[in-house]
This record gives sequence, C-alpha cells and structure tokens, in this order.
Amino acid sequence: MNDKIYRVILFIAALIVPTVCGGVIYALVTDAYDAFEYFGFFKFLTSSEWSYTEGAEQYGALPFITGTLMTTLLALVFCIPFSLPVALFVGEYFKGTKIAAVLSTVTDLLAGIPSIIYGLWGFYTLRPIIMALDISEQGSGILTASLVLAIMIIPYAASLSAEFIKMVPNDLKEGAYSLGATRAEVIRKVVFPVAGSGIFSSYVLAIGRALGETMTVTMLIGNTNNIPDSITSTGNSMASIIANQFGEADGLRLSSLIAIGLILFLITAAINMVGKIMIKRARIS
Amino acid sequence: MKKIFSSVMTLILAIVAVSCGGNATSEGRKAQELSGAGATFPLPFYNVVFEEFAQVNGDAVAYGGIGSGGGVRNLRDKIVDFAGSDAFLSDKEMSDMNAVIHVPTCMGAVVLAYNLDGVNNLNLSGDLIADIFAGNIKMWNDERLAALNPGVELPAEAIIPVFRSDGSGTTFVFTDYLTKVSPMWKEKFGAGKSVNFPSGQAAKGNPGVAGVVKQTKNSIGYVGSEYAFAQKIAYAKIQNQRGEIVEPTAASISAAASGEIPADTRCSITNSDAAGAYPISTFTWMIIYKEQNYSDRSKEQAVATLDLLQYILSDDAQKITSEVHYAPLPEKAKELSLKNLKTVTFDGTAILQ
Repeated sequence: MNDKIYRVILFIAALIVPTVCGGVIYALVTDAYDAFEYFGFFKFLTSSEWSYTEGAEQYGALPFITGTLMTTLLALVFCIPFSLPVALFVGEYFKGTKIAAVLSTVTDLLAGIPSIIYGLWGFYTLRPIIMALDISEQGSGILTASLVLAIMIIPYAASLSAEFIKMVPNDLKEGAYSLGATRAEVIRKVVFPVAGSGIFSSYVLAIGRALGETMTVTMLIGNTNNIPDSITSTGNSMASIIANQFGEADGLRLSSLIAIGLILFLITAAINMVGKIMIKRARIS
Repeated sequence: MKKIFSSVMTLILAIVAVSCGGNATSEGRKAQELSGAGATFPLPFYNVVFEEFAQVNGDAVAYGGIGSGGGVRNLRDKIVDFAGSDAFLSDKEMSDMNAVIHVPTCMGAVVLAYNLDGVNNLNLSGDLIADIFAGNIKMWNDERLAALNPGVELPAEAIIPVFRSDGSGTTFVFTDYLTKVSPMWKEKFGAGKSVNFPSGQAAKGNPGVAGVVKQTKNSIGYVGSEYAFAQKIAYAKIQNQRGEIVEPTAASISAAASGEIPADTRCSITNSDAAGAYPISTFTWMIIYKEQNYSDRSKEQAVATLDLLQYILSDDAQKITSEVHYAPLPEKAKELSLKNLKTVTFDGTAILQ
C-alpha cells in the first residue's frame, strides 16, 4: 500500500517538471508566432534593425544574438586562465588537503553572490578603471560585461572540472610517474586527455550560465541596439534587451521580445545538451 | 531555546495584530490596500504622499515604479487601481480601453544632467540639445555650444549622450520637446516612449541614467529633475521660447503651466511660451477607470482610490511637491481634476456627491 502511494507521489512530482517546461515552450512559441509570421523566421534572425517608429516597426534579433555570443565567448576566454588552475590545484596538486577544501569552498561561494552585486561592483569599480585606463571612453560595453561575467562563471567551470580531474584513475598517473614523467608531463599527457571531455563539458555548462545572465549584463553592456563593431563598443544581449524593454512593450514589440526569449531558450538548451552528451562520454571512457 | 521560541511567537502575533488591525478610516469604512504601477519619474513624490496618506486615512498604497507604459498596460489588464504616467494616453490608446480619466498629481521637469570637469554652469538651447542627441554635435568645445556659454572653458572632449534603454514617459516628454523645437529631430527621430537614439549609451530607469552620468566624464543625459537633484549632479539651464535662460525650479516649472489647460487635462506643456517658464516641464498623471467596478473590486476600494486622488490634489499634499523638488499644480488643473473625479462611477452611480 505504502509503495503504491510513494509511486503515485513520485510520479506526480516527476511529471511536474516536464509539464512546466512544456508549458514554457508552448507559451514562448505561441506568443512569438506573430513576430515570426510578420517578419519571417530567417529575416527576424538576420535583420539588425530595431526601430520603434509607429507604423514602420522593424525588429530583428541579430544585434542581440551577436551581443550574447560575443559576451559569452569573451567571458569564456577570460575565465579559463582562472578556473583551470583552480581546478588543477583542487583536483590534482593539493587533492584532499585542507587548503584545497578551503579554496573550493571559496570558489563555490562566488556562485552564491547575487548577480546584482556583481553588476554594482562592475559599475562602480570596474567601469571607472576601464575609463581611467582609456580602454573605452564611456566604460560600458562588451568588454566590461564579459570581464564580470567571467568571474561569475568561474565557480561553475572550476568545481566541475576539479571533479573530473579527481576522477582520473591513480593507476594511470602512477604508471606515468614510474616511467619517469614529471608532474607537468603527467598533467599534460595523462590528466588532460583522460579528463578532457569532462573538463570540456564543464565549460559548456558555464557557457550556458553566461548566456542567460541578465542583470549584470544590463548594467554594464551599454544597452544600445546595434551590432557591436569592437569588443569595447556598447551593445545589448538577448537577455538584456528583454529586461530593458519587456515592461513597456506590447503588440509586435512584445512578440519580438518573446521570440528573442525563445531563441535564447533554444541556444541554451542546445548548449546544455552538448554538455550532457560530453559528460556521458567522459563517464563511459 | 524556549526563550527564542516565545519571542518568535510574540513577533508573529504582533505582525498578525498589525496586519489585521483594519483600523477604520474617518468615514467609517475599512482600511483598503490600493495598488498602482507606472512612472518612476514621480516616484519620490509618491513615496512621501502615500506615507502621509496612510497616516491620515489608514489606507495602504503600494506603487510599483515599472515605467509609464508598464503602468498603462497593467491598468488595461485591470490588475491595478491606478496607473502612473508621464505621458497622457493618445486618442487611439484611449479608444482601445474602457473610459478613463487623467488626474494630474504634480509637475516636474526633465533636466539635462552633465558631468564635465571644471564646468558648473552650462547653458543649452533646444536646437543644441537636439543636435547633441542626434550626434551632430560631437565635441564639447563645439562653436555653437561655446557661443551660448561665453566665458566657460569647455573641454575638447567627445560628448557621451546617455539615454533610456527602457520605454519611458521621461523619454516621451524629452523627445516631445525636441520635436517641437527642432524640425530635424521631428523628421528623423520623432517623439515617443522609445526612440532610436543614434549615439551614446543607454541605462535603465531614471536612477540608471543619473548613475551613469555621475560616473562618466563628459557625458550628458536627460533625467527627471528629482534624480539629478538627489544625486547632486550638475544640470544645464535651458533657453526657452522667449529666449530666456531658465534654471529648473519649482517656480519656473509651474510657470510652464500658466497657459490654457483642456478639460480632460491631457496636454503637453513643453516649450511653453510663458515668461520664465522652464521649457521641458510636464504634468505627471494618475489614470483611473471612470467605471470603478472591475476585476471584483469592492466599492470601498473605489472610494479609497478617490480618497487618494482627492488627497493628492489637496493643499496638504501639494505642499510636499516642492519639498521633494517637484512643483505644485496650478489652481486650474486642480479645479478641473476635482470636477473630473465627480464623474467617476461605481455600477453606474457617481461615487462623490
């Protein structure tokens, strides 16, 4: 009897998540339909116009797709030199020691800081530095947003990579040592090849996090609806245009914003899927 | 442990007692909770007024500063008691929803806040502002700027215009003014809550723009006056239609409304031709439905809504305007509004006698 009740409860609980997800997709698709129908799916993806003029409204997602991809990729580039050493430190060099535990806790703490705090820090601390260094005149832009994003995704990349590095079998490493390999050689020739797809997937998941980040990016990217022509110029990401304009939008603009939401949803889902597949592969090998 | 438990219980009891208090108002009806949403521009004024109103009348008012357009959308979806807006509804917008009335609550100004080292007095004209935001005047030491600012050392630096990234009543007032004074602006950009500014950077909300201007050298942005005052950012004096260089003050803002006001109070007072008028002045409105019985609202809630509006139009509340850097309504606007409030009904019968 008890078993049956448990099964029903579990079944219902398990059903809720796919239902919610299905509902989200349904709502996004139906509300975005107007924009896709009016502009055409590919035209919407490739148009760089974002013009409010009544009667001649033109909305295209290209500037925001570009903005999102630029900030995310740059954030990834900036994040690697910080997260990879942390992962090696925790997972290999000081594996199981107290100092590694402290370091990994501190890194994980970074993930718990609300994004508005990162945004404010970026706005009041990093942005003036960028202006003072004359990197860009107005301080805001792709670069500023990417730098803060990089810090935000370090914990996601570092802690998962560390797990995969820890999982590298000792037999393999000892074998390499017994052949006279140095530590650096072991890391390069044994740890990275074995944990490689796992590390790769942890970065993919970090990218997924950076793609959807809204508050921080909105505060730092400059919010202009153009395709950024350099890494210091201002732009807008898919999440930030939605955050900026959703409150006031209606009609075609609202539908276009939801269409951008749908595209972001699809990109994030695809990237997460790639990450999951890579993790699976890492486990099998 | 027991001690902690008992103190927690006391706290909970206290909260329950406060929230269920339901202290009766002067008219003997139960205290209501009103909700509104809209413009951030008058938010600092509303915060003070709502607090006073709660003390006088016992009704609590929650107001979400989500922007004028958002407020109007909430009203159209019938989920708020009133919407706050810096832009009055157009005839087309009015025809899309049930009958509404506009009640002006106070007057404010859009000021041009700037951040320039060593400059603490800047004069601008409508033409110059339009050319700066259109990207035609790119440098601070431009000849035309210098001509209006004799004796001021303007730096040879690029101008960074700052504008709103979200749709906004403030943007509407600002671009409405530019459309009136600059044919170039009218043709290329027009007036609206969202406008395609060609250069510079954007920030969300009045506080966002004020924050960016304060943090960015050589920038200039348009913000609701209160936000520039509160953050102690320098703002420009502006040449009005009569050629006077005017600083935004309670007096110069009120002067802009000395002309004719239509019966429904929907009018733009930018670029006023009155003497001493600050040219980018505006009313800010609360918008309510003429028929108050919607979305299962009780009559008491409708009465409370009207009480709130009457309170805002009263001398007590209007006195607060200048304390928080807005300007009081002219008599004419108050008279018209009180008359309009009498037309508000519940189930078809007038609420106020």
